[in-house]
Amino acid sequence: MAHGIMDGTDGWGTGGCLSRLSDSGREVLLGITGKDFTIIAASKAAVRGITILKAEDDKTRALNQHTLMAYSGEAGDTVQFAEYIQANVALYGMRTNLTQELSPPAVANFVRNQLATSLRSRNAKHVNLLIGGFDPVKKTPHLYWMDYLAAKAEVPYAAHGYAAYYCLSILDKHHHPDIDLEKGKELLKMCIGELRHRMPIEFKGMRVKVVSAEGITELEEF
Amino acid sequence: MDTIIAKYSTNAFEEEEEYNAATASKPTTDLSFSLPPISQPSSFLRSVTDDAANPDVPIKIAHGTTTLAFRFQGGIIVATDSRATAGNWIASQTVKKVIEINDKMLGTMAGGAADCQFWLGYLGMECRLHELRHKRRITVAAASKILSNIVYSYKGMGISMGSMIAGVTPLEGPALYYVDSDGTRLQGDLFCVGSGQSFAYGVLDAEYKYDLSVEDALALGSRSILAATHRDAYSGGYINLYHVKEEGWVKHGFSDTHPIFWDTKIKKGEFSNVNTTIVGEKAEKS
Repeated sequence: MAHGIMDGTDGWGTGGCLSRLSDSGREVLLGITGKDFTIIAASKAAVRGITILKAEDDKTRALNQHTLMAYSGEAGDTVQFAEYIQANVALYGMRTNLTQELSPPAVANFVRNQLATSLRSRNAKHVNLLIGGFDPVKKTPHLYWMDYLAAKAEVPYAAHGYAAYYCLSILDKHHHPDIDLEKGKELLKMCIGELRHRMPIEFKGMRVKVVSAEGITELEEF
Repeated sequence: MDTIIAKYSTNAFEEEEEYNAATASKPTTDLSFSLPPISQPSSFLRSVTDDAANPDVPIKIAHGTTTLAFRFQGGIIVATDSRATAGNWIASQTVKKVIEINDKMLGTMAGGAADCQFWLGYLGMECRLHELRHKRRITVAAASKILSNIVYSYKGMGISMGSMIAGVTPLEGPALYYVDSDGTRLQGDLFCVGSGQSFAYGVLDAEYKYDLSVEDALALGSRSILAATHRDAYSGGYINLYHVKEEGWVKHGFSDTHPIFWDTKIKKGEFSNVNTTIVGEKAEKS
């Protein structure tokens, strides 16, 4: 977390003269793994300058049946990058005639490589990511934390933005690798509760999705 | 495996023939043009146009606007003001900020006047070409994505625009998208864009319901723009009102804000902040 929170290019033009520097740090991304699942949660607010433009935004894209990517960062870059990855993971599957889809670690390595390549181009994409997945062959959950500098780490739980400062300590204390889905949801509720209680930013609640052997499902209870 | 082959190989021959026929005389979609002989064109442009950083810039881009659009039971309401400003100078009070892309789709303009007029005009052309190529009208989702992909390809080079694309198609019904120059594209029910957006949101959010009658919806759209023209120095002029419904859009006037303001104040007692008597003079009894 040494970098990447206050990034973003300066905005000027349509929305008045307020700085958009801290837009991306206000977006909440959380991820929690358990015994047989990975939970990915992303805040529902789409913020531009001083206004919440949309309160039901979905900052996630499914990369295949068992891999889900949540994104935050520079406006425009995020969706463009996510849809580019989504299409190229699908293309890779067609080209290689795989009977099995790409495993979550394979997808994560591919994404990291694409982001690292983008970083060294003339207009790098400023995108922070969480990639959650479940390997249906090895029956293992996976969660990858990746920042816009393409640093990648496989972790049991993760957060991006200011939310990391509130949630990581909670997860450090209460998380265990062998928790079931109920406990996972409970942990997520603790985190969201703390954010609502202490963080002076309205994020319009969280969109929560679970990746398990059955695929990707959205939880409506959050 | 067979299912995958089946999925990607049906009618491949027919489709290709049809595609070849359609693209045989397709004009180039290459949008690139030559750049000025400067090492950093974008930062140079910013240094001569960003009047927020330096009020004495040689080029003042026309900015400042209030535009709104919302979806409701009877379709979509689109409303804008008509003022164009360049710095503190009011360049025009009679600008058309709604572009009629086709008879069922509208676009709104906020931000750089030239950027908006050019790229929304260009979008209109792309939409017409889509119609000719595919023998069906373009969806609002696709049209808005063409625009967002274009502005995204110029990201960081100084384009400034905030637009809404509203339309009705058989596939989507009434649909509304927000597109801006940093590449954001959002689908939604209600958006306000421009320097007066916060003032318009205030009035619109308070009384917005999906079940609004057509009459009430038009009145609310108009009143929200009036609120913004009153409080935002960079918005004003005339209220441009449109109603998009299944049969296509209908224009509901280009009306001067001045008489509307006094009408609203005197008949409804709103804008009580505005004094009608000279300070120190006693108010007349009426």
